[in-house]
Formats: sequence, C-alpha cells, structure tokens
Amino acid sequence: MLERLPVRPGDPVARELRQLRARLAEDPRDAGNALALSERYFELANAEGDPRYVGYAQAALGPWWDLPDPPQELRVMRAMLKQYSHDFAGAMTDLEAATRADPEDAQAWSWRGAIHMVQADYAAARADCEAQRRIESELGYVGCIAYLDGVTGHAAAAYQALSQALARARGASPEEKTWVQTRLAELGQRMGDDALAERHFKAAFEQKVTDQFLLAAWADFLLDHGRAAEVVPLLRDWTRSDILLLRLALAEQALKLPEAKEHVAALKARFDAAALRGDKLHQQEEARFNLYLVGDKAKALALAQENWKLQREPRDARILLESALAMKDPQGAREALDWLERSGYEDPLLRDEAAKLKGVKP
Amino acid sequence: MRRGPVCALLLAAAIAVPAHAHTPSDSYLALRIEDARVAGQWDIALRDLDFAIGLDSNGDGDITWGELRARHADIAAYALARLKLRSGGADCPLQAGEHLVDDHSDGAYDVMRFSATCPGKIDKLDISYSLFADLDPQHRGLLRIEQGAATRTAIFGPDRPTQTIDVATISAWTQFVDYGREGVWHIWIGFDHILFLLSLLLPAVLTREPLGWRPVQAFKPAFMDVFKIVTSFTVAHSITLSLATLGVVSLPSRVAESAIALSVVLAALNNVFPLVQGRRWVVAFAFGLIHGFGFASVLKDLGLPQSALLLALVGFNLGVEVGQLAIVSVFLPAAYALRRQWVYRGLVFVAGSWVIVAVAGTWLIERVFDLKLISR
Repeated sequence: MLERLPVRPGDPVARELRQLRARLAEDPRDAGNALALSERYFELANAEGDPRYVGYAQAALGPWWDLPDPPQELRVMRAMLKQYSHDFAGAMTDLEAATRADPEDAQAWSWRGAIHMVQADYAAARADCEAQRRIESELGYVGCIAYLDGVTGHAAAAYQALSQALARARGASPEEKTWVQTRLAELGQRMGDDALAERHFKAAFEQKVTDQFLLAAWADFLLDHGRAAEVVPLLRDWTRSDILLLRLALAEQALKLPEAKEHVAALKARFDAAALRGDKLHQQEEARFNLYLVGDKAKALALAQENWKLQREPRDARILLESALAMKDPQGAREALDWLERSGYEDPLLRDEAAKLKGVKP
Repeated sequence: MRRGPVCALLLAAAIAVPAHAHTPSDSYLALRIEDARVAGQWDIALRDLDFAIGLDSNGDGDITWGELRARHADIAAYALARLKLRSGGADCPLQAGEHLVDDHSDGAYDVMRFSATCPGKIDKLDISYSLFADLDPQHRGLLRIEQGAATRTAIFGPDRPTQTIDVATISAWTQFVDYGREGVWHIWIGFDHILFLLSLLLPAVLTREPLGWRPVQAFKPAFMDVFKIVTSFTVAHSITLSLATLGVVSLPSRVAESAIALSVVLAALNNVFPLVQGRRWVVAFAFGLIHGFGFASVLKDLGLPQSALLLALVGFNLGVEVGQLAIVSVFLPAAYALRRQWVYRGLVFVAGSWVIVAVAGTWLIERVFDLKLISR
C-alpha cells in the first residue's frame, strides 16, 4: 500500500461528491450546481483541514472566478475561498459588493466582520455586527458583538451577554454551542479566571463536535498551565494537522519525550514544503516553531513581524511579544505593544509580557 | 442554503487558524539541461493523480504498487500532455521514461523520469505548465532547473502558466562561483580528503628524534612543512583532476576510491610507525595524484557544460583549495599551541592516527569488496 485516499469511493461523502460533480459536468455553466459542489468542498476543507478541497471548490466556480459581477451567492462563495488563501483584500472587495447588492445577506456581513476582526479594524467590525442585528438570530448577533468586546477591553460584559444569549438559545446546534463555549472559555482567560475558562472548555468538548480550533485553544491553555502531560494523549492522533502537531511537539518537548525529535523534524519538512511553494499561511505557527522548538529567535521574530502585517489577533500579538522578548528587542514588537494600548485587550498574560518587554533595556 | 452567522463566524475562525492537516497540492519538476537535451524528473502526488485519472482500481481507498504500475502509461500521457518545452521557436518533444515512487512530507508521489530533445543548444527555455489547472487552481508546480552547478527555481500556477527561463544568462561568473562553492562543499564533506591531509599534517609541529617525537622549537619550520605538503597535494590533485575532466586519463571509480582509502591508511600508519619523515611532501604529491581522480568524479556528477568546461574546472578546483586552506588555517595554530601537551602528542597524534587507520581501513574494505559496513 502506497497511499490511503481521504475518502473511499464507496463512502456516502464520495458518492455525494460524485453526484454533484456529474451534475455540474452536464452543464458547467449552471450556477446552482456549481455553488452546491463548491459549498460541499468548502465544508470538507474546513472539517478535514485539507486545502486541496479549497482548490476543488475554486475549480467548480471556474467560469465565474474572474467575472467582475458574478451572481450574489457565487460572489460570497468566491470571497470565502479567497479569504482562505489569505487574499483578504480580494475577499473584502467581493463582500462589499455583496452587501451592497443585498444588505440582508447575513453570511456576507458575518464574513466581513470576521475579516475586519482579523485585521484588528474594530470600528469596521462593529458596523458589520450591527448590520446583523435585525437579520440574524440573537445568538448570532450577540456572538458577533461579544467576539469584538472580548478583544477591546470589555471581556466581562461580553461574557455576561454571551452566556445569557446561550441560555436563551434553545435551538442552537452542537456546532454553534461548541463555538460559543470556546469563546466563553477565551473570555474567562482574558478576565484572569482560569477555573471559569476550564469549565467552558469542558462544556465545549461535551458537544462532541470535532473542532481543531477548540483542540488547539485547549492545548494552549494546558501548555500555559504546565499541564503538558494532558496534551499528549489529547493530540496523539492529530499529527496530520500542522497546528495540532505543533502543540503536540511542544508538549513532548516539555516532558522530554523521545517522540519530540521526530515531530519537530516532521514540522520542519512541512514548513520547508510551504516555503518552496511561497505560502505564507503558517507564519504564526512557524514563528512559534522557531522560537520554542528550534531556538532560532531571530527567525521567529522576523516571521512574527511578517505575520502581523496580515493577521492581528491576540495569538498573533502574543507570538510577536514573545519573540521580541526572547530577542530583547522591544522595538521589534512595537506594533503589538501599540495594539495592546489601543485595543484595551485584557489578557493578564499578554499584559505581563508587554510590561516585561517595556522594561528591557535595548 | 444560508448558514447562520454563528456558523459563519465559526468557519471564520479558520481565517487565523489555517488548520492544514495536509499541504496544498504541489508537484516537483526538476529539469537538467545539457546543450540541446533536457533530462526531467516529475514528482506528482498519488492523491492528485487519483483525483484526475483514478488510480484506485479496486475501489478500496488504498493505492497499491500494483494499481499504480498498471497506470504508468496513462499517468505519463496525462502529465506530459500538460507540460510543454520550447526552445528557439520549436517544440522539444517529451519522451517518458521509468517510474519510481517517493515520499514527500504529505504522502506518496509518483516519480516520472522523462527526457526532451530540442532542435539546438538551449539558450532560452519556454515552459508551459498546466497540470491540474482545470481541477485545482491552487495547485502549484515547483520547478528546479539545473545547468552544470547552477540552479534556478520557479513556481507555476494558473496565474503564471508559462515562463521563460533564460539559460544563457546563467552568467559565466555565476557558474564559476557555483562550481567554486561545490568545491568547498566537497572538501568539507569529503572526509577521506580531510583525513589524508590531517594525517600528513599531524606530525608537522613535531620532529622525530631517536627517543621519540619532540615538539618543534619555532613556528617557521612547522609552517614550511605544512606549506610544502599542502602545495604538493594541491599541485598533484589539480593535475589529475584536470586531465581526468578533460578526458585525457581515466581510472575506474572503484579503483580510485579504494586507492584513496589506502592512501589515508598509509599516511596515518606512517605517523605511528614512521617510515617516511622529512619528505612527507613527496607522499602528499604521489597520493594527491590519486585524490585528483576522486575530485574529478564529483565534478562529473555535477554535470559539465561543454561551453564552460574550463571555467567549471578552475572554479571547482579553486573551491577545493579554499576549503583546504580553511581547514589548515584552523589546524595549524591549534596544533602549534598544543604541541607540548600530552593531549596533542599522546591523544591527538597517536590515538588520532590509529582512529584514522581504523576508519580508512574500513572504507578500504568497503570499497575493495563493494560492501556497506559503516555509513559515512
């Protein structure tokens, strides 16, 4: 056996994809068929974390990909695929056109909010959230606002509002509950209440939804609290995922396990392959890899700075602060320090690192 | 179909967490240019080939060697139809060769060898790449193009399907530097050459007296000794390196490699049971002739542009000398400083020589009998 395919030809998923592809092949210009296939592949990409599916989803939109004015739903789909490859400008152009054409398109507003938040453009993100007030569920709207408040110095209020909205939202799906519980856990951390955070992480896992984001956030929480021994069994079977393999290797290193060496080598091979291709999707991960697993502080700082140009979430600020701290170079993390001032982000851990960094004599 | 915003936000979490359980689709295309000929190797992921033309004939979700072998001809036809090489305004027809399998960081790849012959010497190579362009616009072809010791890379995708590689502008100077770098690299990783040189240099800071080895009194005689040895080794291996590269003389590589190993054994043994003393530079010269054949075979493996043969030869040779000088310039001051210490005379000199005898002796056996005893 040389290779195991991700889906067996007899699987229901494979059968469904075959049908969708066959329908599109009959008439490749049928927008409905193209959208259905593209959406299905995009769902798979997110569930499996497999970027090849994003390519397949894009191929389904082939005839519309370069059109200036595609049908509304295809335009939103195109934006989602563009942002996946970190073409935020291209995605935003499509989303702005989509919300202009249909101000009630909740999905388009959501993605606008998500992209603005990643770029730390909180005023724009707030406007995107407000636009959803009347067109979406209460949980959706409150979730949007809470996500924003949580990074702008109002974690406690965000926590209150979101937990109350969750209690009222009886019809929420397990996926939605997982998302909300993960957010509540993060808010708990920012409020400096680790016990509260842990309770919400556990509640998120009770939803039995496989979610790499949740696994990564929980693993980071454990690593921060010297509980690496719990990370190893959690992530042992997740070596195919780059972001989870990174956490697993960090835990193995902390525990001085022999597997660490092999996993560090595997990560190195993957980052090298991405570099060959010119990919910049992994810079935050790669910076962390260089700082903690390779010990190349200078490279870590360079990557963290490069990453910050594109992505400005708390995680991105943290690796920038930590790399600069390792290099004793406060100026190197100037932008993260400014962001911390401006946003009012509360996480005690980051505040502490920033204070240490400011105390460094360059 | 409309998702709720929470669900969209949930997906949007993937913005900052590109949860790549796999890498995106890439193929690795290596082209080696020699005058009018192109030798190619193309590594394509089995997963991608399966998606394009179907490899899993029994439908069990696993691709076996048998299933792959049965599709070799189809893979070659599919892939080569999506690659075009042109030079001087004419096509260079592609000819499929053997298939192998290799593992990259994200799974198994079909490795297809192929060749192309252009109408004349290649100055500019137009490459059109459209593999999987219709199935996966995110697919990229990662090209590595080599000519002599010079290497270039390029990335192909739907946004850049055709590129022209100006082979002629891989300038003389670039080639010279590249071959020079290879020379430095070869002496650095060529432990047999380093050990030979060290064996001859170890006694340079000592003199043989009836009661045994004594440290030299001054730096100058030690320096002159080293200078003579290094110079004669250099002159000798340059002679055979040049003659072998130009095809004037030749020695089967197994004979040359075995003789090199033997030279290391003898040079190190001479330290423990001194036979040749004052004239070690003669030994360096004699065996240097043999080592030149070793360098020549490395240079040959790198591929030699007929148009710039002399340039490559001189560049490579100078690189070897630079690498050698770097080793000597670290060795000599250290040895001189330590020459009165037991650490040098007992441990480095005597025990070190024995270790060299043992290592080189193993190489000798390996090379004479074509065995694999230790890896190096």
